[in-house]
Amino acid sequence: MRIMAEVVEVTDVDFTYGIGKALQGINLQVASGEFVGAIGPNGGGKTTLLKLIAGLLVPTSGQVRVFGQPAARSGRLIGYVPQFADVDRAFPITVEDVVLMGRLGLTSFLGGYREGDKKAARRAMEQVGVWELRQRRLGNLSEGQRQRVLIARALAGEPKLLLLDEPTASVDAEAEAAITEVLGRLHKSITIVMVSHDLELLKSHVDRIVYVNRRLQPVTGDLDMSIGRFLQLGN
Amino acid sequence: MDGFFQALSSYSFLQHALLAGVLASIAAGIAGTYVVVKRISLISGGIAHSILGGMGIAYYFGFDPAQGAVISALIAAVIIGLVSLKARQHEDTVIGALWAVGMAIGIVFIARTPGYNVDLMTFLFGNILLVSSEDLLLIALLDGLILVITVLFYKQFLAVAFDEEHAQLRGMPVEFLYLLLLMLIALTVVILIKIVGLILAIALLTLPPAIANRYAGSLAQMMLLAVGLGMFFNAAGLLVSYQADLPTGATIVLIAGAAYLLALMGRRFEKAPAVESRGQSSS
Repeated sequence: MRIMAEVVEVTDVDFTYGIGKALQGINLQVASGEFVGAIGPNGGGKTTLLKLIAGLLVPTSGQVRVFGQPAARSGRLIGYVPQFADVDRAFPITVEDVVLMGRLGLTSFLGGYREGDKKAARRAMEQVGVWELRQRRLGNLSEGQRQRVLIARALAGEPKLLLLDEPTASVDAEAEAAITEVLGRLHKSITIVMVSHDLELLKSHVDRIVYVNRRLQPVTGDLDMSIGRFLQLGN
Repeated sequence: MDGFFQALSSYSFLQHALLAGVLASIAAGIAGTYVVVKRISLISGGIAHSILGGMGIAYYFGFDPAQGAVISALIAAVIIGLVSLKARQHEDTVIGALWAVGMAIGIVFIARTPGYNVDLMTFLFGNILLVSSEDLLLIALLDGLILVITVLFYKQFLAVAFDEEHAQLRGMPVEFLYLLLLMLIALTVVILIKIVGLILAIALLTLPPAIANRYAGSLAQMMLLAVGLGMFFNAAGLLVSYQADLPTGATIVLIAGAAYLLALMGRRFEKAPAVESRGQSSS
C-alpha cells in the first residue's frame, strides 16, 4: 500500500511534433504535496511536458494520468500558468475578469459568475497581491503584475495540482520575490510542477529537480553544482 | 440640415433607414467586438462572401430570400469554422478559396434566376433606403437572438477569445463555442448586407469596435462603445448622404473610416477608464 498517492504518473511517453520527436521515453511520478522543478534548454520539451500533464496535448504513445485519471479529464483539478508571452496584451480585459476565468468548469455554464466565484477570485488575488489592481486593464500592468494575475487565475479554481511555466522569466526583482514567497506558502498544501531557469527560486522551495532535453533525467547531488552544470549544458 | 429633419418626419423610407442603421449597430457592435479581439476578420470576410452563394441558390429556387440568407449564413459559418479548426496550416488559403467560390456561385445563380432580375448590385452595396418593415422586423429579431446568446455565453466567449488553451483546460467546449461565435457573426453580416452590402459589411463590423478598443477597459465596455459609435456613424452617414446626394452605405463607411483614422492619431489613454468605486469600500 502506498502512503503517498501519485498525483502525476507519466509512463513511457513519446511526443512527436512535426518531423522529430519532441519527447522520448518520458517517465515521471509526482507524489501528493511534492514540488518538482524542471530545467533544460529552450526547445528541449519542458513546456510540452507541462502541456501533456495539463491534458492540453495528447501523447503520441504512452500515457499520462493525473489523480488516477487520463490527463484530459483532470483539467478542473489543475491550475496552469502559461508563459506570459502566450497572452494577448492588446486584449481589453480587467484583472478581475482574467482571474474569474479560473472558475470556469466550477460555476454555472450559462450566464454570469456566482458570488462564490467572486469570493474565490478575491482570495486568489489577495494571495498574490493583485486585489488592488482588479479593475485595471491587463495590458497596462507591468510584467511582474501580469504574471501574478495569471497565477491568481490558476489559484481561483482551487487546484490540487499547479503547473507553472517559467513564472519568474522577465519579471522584476520585487515580483520575483513575491512569486517565490507565494509558491513557498502553496508548497505546504498542493502539488506543484514548475519549469524554471531561476536558480534562486529552484533552490528555495523545490523538493527535486528533473532535467528535460528530449529525454528526462533526475538531477541529484549538490543542487548548486548540478543545476549549474545542467544549465550550462543547455546553453 | 432642417431639410433633412423635415424629410425624416414625412418620409417613411428615411425613418426606416435610420431605424435600420440603429438596430444594425447593436448586432454589429457586439459581433464586431469579437471579430476584432479574436482577429478573425479574414474568416468573417469569408463567411460574408459565402453567404452570397446561399442567397443566389435561394433566389434561383424561389425560396424566401431573407430565410435563404439566414440559412446560408449559418451553413457558411459552420463550414468555414470547421475548415479553420481542421486546416490550421493552410487556413488563409482555404478560406480565400471558399470566399471566391461562394461568391461565384452566388453570381451564377442570380444571373440565371428567371423572372424579374434580382439586382446583384443591391447585394454588393446594399440599399438602406429600400429597407422594408419586414426587413426591420428581421433585423430586430436577429438583434434579440444575438443579445440573448451573448448574455448567456458572455463568460465563455470571453474565455475562448482571450485564451483558448486555458478555456480548453477548464473543460469548456471550445470548438462548439467558436462555431457559435461565428454563427453570431454570420447573422450580423446578414443584417449588414441590407444596409451597406456585402463589400462594405466587414468595414462596419470592424471599424466601430476597433475605435472602441482604444478607450475601453473591458470587453463589455468595448461592445457598448462600439454600439454607440455604430449608431452615430449610421445616422451621420444618412444625414450627410441625404444632404450631399451621395450613396448612403459608402458615406456611412467613409465616416467610420475617418473616425478610425482620427482615433489612431489621437493620444491613447494610458489608463483604462475603469470605475474604481465598485468594491472599494470592502477592500
